[in-house]
Amino acid sequence: MAGYPARAPARAARRRTAHAAATAAHYAGLGALAIVTAFPFLWLLATSLRATGSVFGFPPVLIPRPATLANFAGVWQTMPIGRFALNTVYITGMGIALTLLTSALAGYPLARMRFPGRDVIFYAIVGSLMLPQHVGLILNFVTMMRLHLVDTYAAVYLPGVASVFGIFLLRQAYLVIPQEIEDAAHIDGAGELRLWAQVMLPLVAPALATLAIVEFTAYWNSFLWPLIVLKSPDRYPLAVGLLYLSGLFAHNTRYIAAGAVLMTLPVIVVFVALQRYFLRGITLGAVK
Amino acid sequence: MAARRALAAYLFLLPALALLGVFTFYPVVFGTALSLFDYDVISPPRFVGAAHFRELWTDRYFWIALRNSLVYLAVVPALQLGAIVLALWVRRPLRGIGWFRAAYYLPVVTSMVVAGLLWRWLYDESGLVNYVLLRLRMIHAPVHWLSDPSLALYAVMAVTLWKGLGYYMVIYLAGLEAIPPVYEEAAALDGAGAAARLFRVTIPLLRPSILLASTLSAIAALRVFEEMYVMTGGGPVYSTYTLFYYMFDQAFNALHLGYAAAVGVVLAAVTIGLSVVNFRLLRQGGLSYY
Repeated sequence: MAGYPARAPARAARRRTAHAAATAAHYAGLGALAIVTAFPFLWLLATSLRATGSVFGFPPVLIPRPATLANFAGVWQTMPIGRFALNTVYITGMGIALTLLTSALAGYPLARMRFPGRDVIFYAIVGSLMLPQHVGLILNFVTMMRLHLVDTYAAVYLPGVASVFGIFLLRQAYLVIPQEIEDAAHIDGAGELRLWAQVMLPLVAPALATLAIVEFTAYWNSFLWPLIVLKSPDRYPLAVGLLYLSGLFAHNTRYIAAGAVLMTLPVIVVFVALQRYFLRGITLGAVK
Repeated sequence: MAARRALAAYLFLLPALALLGVFTFYPVVFGTALSLFDYDVISPPRFVGAAHFRELWTDRYFWIALRNSLVYLAVVPALQLGAIVLALWVRRPLRGIGWFRAAYYLPVVTSMVVAGLLWRWLYDESGLVNYVLLRLRMIHAPVHWLSDPSLALYAVMAVTLWKGLGYYMVIYLAGLEAIPPVYEEAAALDGAGAAARLFRVTIPLLRPSILLASTLSAIAALRVFEEMYVMTGGGPVYSTYTLFYYMFDQAFNALHLGYAAAVGVVLAAVTIGLSVVNFRLLRQGGLSYY
């Protein structure tokens, strides 16, 4: 190449053009795929903001004119969507709080205490992931009947509270805390419970945050179990309630779209705002 | 002192172990045993031996459901191939790549009910999918995606693909990041081209991730239910009826809990068998210190 100095600039320019073309091709491909995955959401949002028409009809409307919030007001007034939303918030809140507490408690001795049976207990907990959980679904319903919990909120969140992922995640977080911190607290005469609550717990806050985000979508979107264990529609969470309404009001797709937007928006906001923690949660779960 | 510490440890573990015992270990163990009993919640269980399994053998709907569940497994290789290609693609340091990754991940965080309602509309005779395909002249008349028994299962599979791609992309991205770049660099120094580096270095080193993701994906595919429940109700004419759906119907609609447990046990056996095969196929490879 050195022998042809006159041609070098032309060649470099050509390479730059080729590079620019390749970059453009990458963006075009990635963009086309992004349209397939994200477009339905924009279309759902547009439909929920329309004053007339439905999800059907050509061509699809992406920018509604005039845009209106009437569907949101309408769905809130004529359908029990507010009630469903409240149920979802309560179930999700209780679920996250209890999952965090249970995981934070259980992970601690598994990481930092010596006691008979520790390893057996740890492997039993992690090994339970390999059990055919779907077989358990049937008897869990019977258990809820025996406990007179069918058709209560507690029945919805209780079976998910002991999260293997959560216990594992918290154990990992406690493991990396330096021994000196624990020793210092022991010298100060702190009991186990105080040591855990005042010294250890603040140090695993990042792991708790990751767990909270992962559990948020899990509880918020959970559908099959509430469908099985809840009987009266005024206790339905949004996932079950929305499907129930879509059967009752099949003709009013704009209202259903508004309900779907109400259900999806919180998850998308949390995801976009906390994307890093979110994805960390997935990969931590996967590297198990 | 040591005894007190041990007691403290067990107390810390108590809530988790009690809940796992009641809602995981007990129902899985006794649910499996329940397959040998007749049980309808009201009267006490009655031992029937292997009668339910003999009944399944001649149960038309069971075989339809089993067949559909096995056909549905075709989403696994499609999903994994797509996710690997996508992960390799979005690994490039392009500007704004984070937004693309977020867009691919959007369906993952969405409720299956919302996704199902959306796709029910998109798949409608006068829905957007038909509109686009008609415009591109790829079809001549609207296709009945979800109401044609020969198409419905595949249409539902496409939704599973759409919803799962981002999830597995993230798993593979993490797997790719765990591979030290020295391997590819060394191969490049030895004169390996881009294709050789990809197929002889990167993909073999990615094997642990492929094993994990394809096992997770196969388990999920065999348990598929919500997609069908929302979009097709198992129809038309049982064309999207799966093993899990059959178990659900038998347990919670017909109250044949013992029979449902037998279906569940068959589903578990298929899942375990498939996982073993998967391990055999993909065990080798990866980094030894992984």
